Amino acid sequence: MTEEIIIAGFGGQGVLSMGKILAYSGMMQEQAVSWMPSYGPEMRGGTANVTVILSDGRISSPILVEYDTAIILNQQSMDKFEHAIKPGGLLLYDPNGIIKHPQRKDINIYSIEANEEAAKLGLSKIFNMIVLGGFLKIKPIVKLENVILGLKKSLPERYHHMIPDNEKAITRGMEIVVEKNVAN
Amino acid sequence: MKELRLMKGNEAVAEAAIRAGADGYFGYPITPQSEVLEYLMTEKPYEKTGMVVLQAESEIAAINMVYGGASCGKKVMTSSSSPGISLKQEGLSYIAGAELPCLVVNVVRGGPGLGTIQPSQSDYFQATKGGGHGDYRLIVLAPASVQEMADFAKLGFELAFKYRNPVMILSDGAIGQMMEKVELEEQKPRWTDEEIVEISPWATTGKTPDRERNIITSLDLDSHRHEKHNEKLQAKYKKIQENEVRYEKIHCDDAEYIFVAYGTSARICQKSIELGRKKGIKIGLFRPITLFPYPSNALRELSQGLKGILSVEMNAGQMIEDIKLSVGTTFNVEHFGRMGGVIPTPNEVLEALEQKIIGG
Amino acid sequence: MEEKISIEEIRKEENLVFVKTKLLTDKSLSYCPGCGHGVAHRITMEVIEEMDLWADAIGVAPVGCSVLAYEFMNIDMQQAAHGRAPALATAIKRLMPNKLVFTYQGDGDLAAIGTAETIHACNRGENFTIIFINNGIYGMTGGQMAPTTIPGMKSSTSPYGRDVKIMGNPLKITELVATLPGTYSVSRHSVHTPGNVRKAKKAIRKAFENQKLERGVSFVEIVSNCNSGWKMTPNDSNIWMEENMFPYFPLGDIKVDGELVK
Repeated sequence: MTEEIIIAGFGGQGVLSMGKILAYSGMMQEQAVSWMPSYGPEMRGGTANVTVILSDGRISSPILVEYDTAIILNQQSMDKFEHAIKPGGLLLYDPNGIIKHPQRKDINIYSIEANEEAAKLGLSKIFNMIVLGGFLKIKPIVKLENVILGLKKSLPERYHHMIPDNEKAITRGMEIVVEKNVAN
Repeated sequence: MKELRLMKGNEAVAEAAIRAGADGYFGYPITPQSEVLEYLMTEKPYEKTGMVVLQAESEIAAINMVYGGASCGKKVMTSSSSPGISLKQEGLSYIAGAELPCLVVNVVRGGPGLGTIQPSQSDYFQATKGGGHGDYRLIVLAPASVQEMADFAKLGFELAFKYRNPVMILSDGAIGQMMEKVELEEQKPRWTDEEIVEISPWATTGKTPDRERNIITSLDLDSHRHEKHNEKLQAKYKKIQENEVRYEKIHCDDAEYIFVAYGTSARICQKSIELGRKKGIKIGLFRPITLFPYPSNALRELSQGLKGILSVEMNAGQMIEDIKLSVGTTFNVEHFGRMGGVIPTPNEVLEALEQKIIGG
Repeated sequence: MEEKISIEEIRKEENLVFVKTKLLTDKSLSYCPGCGHGVAHRITMEVIEEMDLWADAIGVAPVGCSVLAYEFMNIDMQQAAHGRAPALATAIKRLMPNKLVFTYQGDGDLAAIGTAETIHACNRGENFTIIFINNGIYGMTGGQMAPTTIPGMKSSTSPYGRDVKIMGNPLKITELVATLPGTYSVSRHSVHTPGNVRKAKKAIRKAFENQKLERGVSFVEIVSNCNSGWKMTPNDSNIWMEENMFPYFPLGDIKVDGELVK
């Protein structure tokens, strides 16, 4: 199994850390993982994206132009990555701020109102974990227990008290993700 | 016990250096390698192993601090990215001339000039052909993964002391910035003063009554004596070429064509191979791990059963000169590369093979 | 009636009035006769011997006339690239804090090409000693203008005298480093008369003692002549130095025990 994922959105949405937790989770189940961020000037306030690969074998290129999954959190990233998804692949997005919704019919599209849900829960910081939950509902490539282990590895000890909130967010994400396939 | 961690290449080389028992790091911030210094300042190895970490006033000062530390027989290192490595060339030439061991990490970005902060391989000539003034060589290791960033810190120090020669890890912005799983070795203790005297009796550790004074210099105003010194350096480089060649072959057993690529390009080529093999093209990868010494003999041997070679580099075609020196100019060899910080895609690499080599 | 004594008699231990320190090699100095470097070398080595620090001393030679200082100083030495001696010394001292570390640098090395290394090492308060020989000229390369060539002074690249409107001002780097928090003692001396040699030697000893006490940079400038570069006899050059260099680079303490005194 190899899963090639792009996660893209604004800086500050937790794009890079979501990728990191996913990579850690893969590592916990003894997979090869890579996490390749964009590190250009766009890091400062603009868009941010990260390519995450989890594989049972050796990972070839950490930099890709086609993905099995795109997790998209703003319009710029939608414009950039909708067409980079392999046919039959997955597009998961938060409709908040999206003006032009995806058009492709040869991929599976899901949406998740993660931004709204995070605001409702009063936990804006775990917005990205809601999205991650949505993704894992559709593609359970890592076990939840390994995500929790990954969180423990990835978060400094002083934030470990936030792990239950993160777990809650992941579970909530799993509940609220909805299929949005474009009709033929 | 070995330890597994998810780390950036820049962090891995720093952590592995601590664990290899490094005595000192001297550096200056520059994108995309600042995490090396940031990591060391966060980890505070000076409290754990006694390793000195210092942010210098310039890359020039940093490499000269390395000169000073290496002259004392200490395991010292610096890191930078292309424009900063250019500033270090003066020091590297002196270090090579004075035959000092040290480790230099170059996390290459696009040039020339201030260029760009994106990954590139345009410093191949500078790294492998000398770089500064004078007839000298660095031992050049090219990591293609975060694991190798860690492994080559230890290997780099070993080779540096084995040959009393500067070693460069020639990485790039992609390997430096990406995170992968790394298996870290156990902490090795730093050498004691007694061990240093035994390992490096030439070092300036203070003239004790039992020996003559030790002098570290690259200067000799007598031309004939200086020629002898140069001959000694050349003999050493020859020995390095005989003994330290490292490379990897992937899917080469049945290959009709191969990519030759190192570092990030080699990773991209592995994806191109996946794509090409799906199309029925018998394609493999020859990955030089040491860029000096270049694995010429192995490549020449491998080329004998091949129809063509595509050199894939993130530059205008630098390593292809060493490939041609290895397999001859009549062999079917072409270059494909992107410049200025653009990373080639696996698809375009495969297309280049089809057009330039198979169709050509 | 004068009594003649034989050479053998003179060489007898009890008749010796001067013994060369073991910390100088037997190699003939490459410096021009009349140059101050030889004396500066000798007093530096004598202080190390008197302080019993032979096995601890690590010196850094510069580029310039004293590039070959390691040929004459019988201690462990490193030869630095032009201007970089303070960077080398920074690493040596940090990696081997118990050693006695010093740089020996000329004006071109310390105050032109190595200005950044000098200022930052002084500002960080690195715990080593800088011995700075200032003769206002690039001696080794044949008498070109230095950062410390005084206004009106002739050199091969200021053949009509230093015109500060065209060539800029000389740099009083010693006064400059004295203002930095990392320097502990800064003073200026000469070695052209026995009295001045004694004062210079005392300053070097104090500088090394400060280093043992981990006080930061001690900086000893020695204003010296360059009779070849100045195109004068040794005696004339010393007189010229007194009349022209000393008014611009006045001798004495500038910073004592961390306090500016001038």
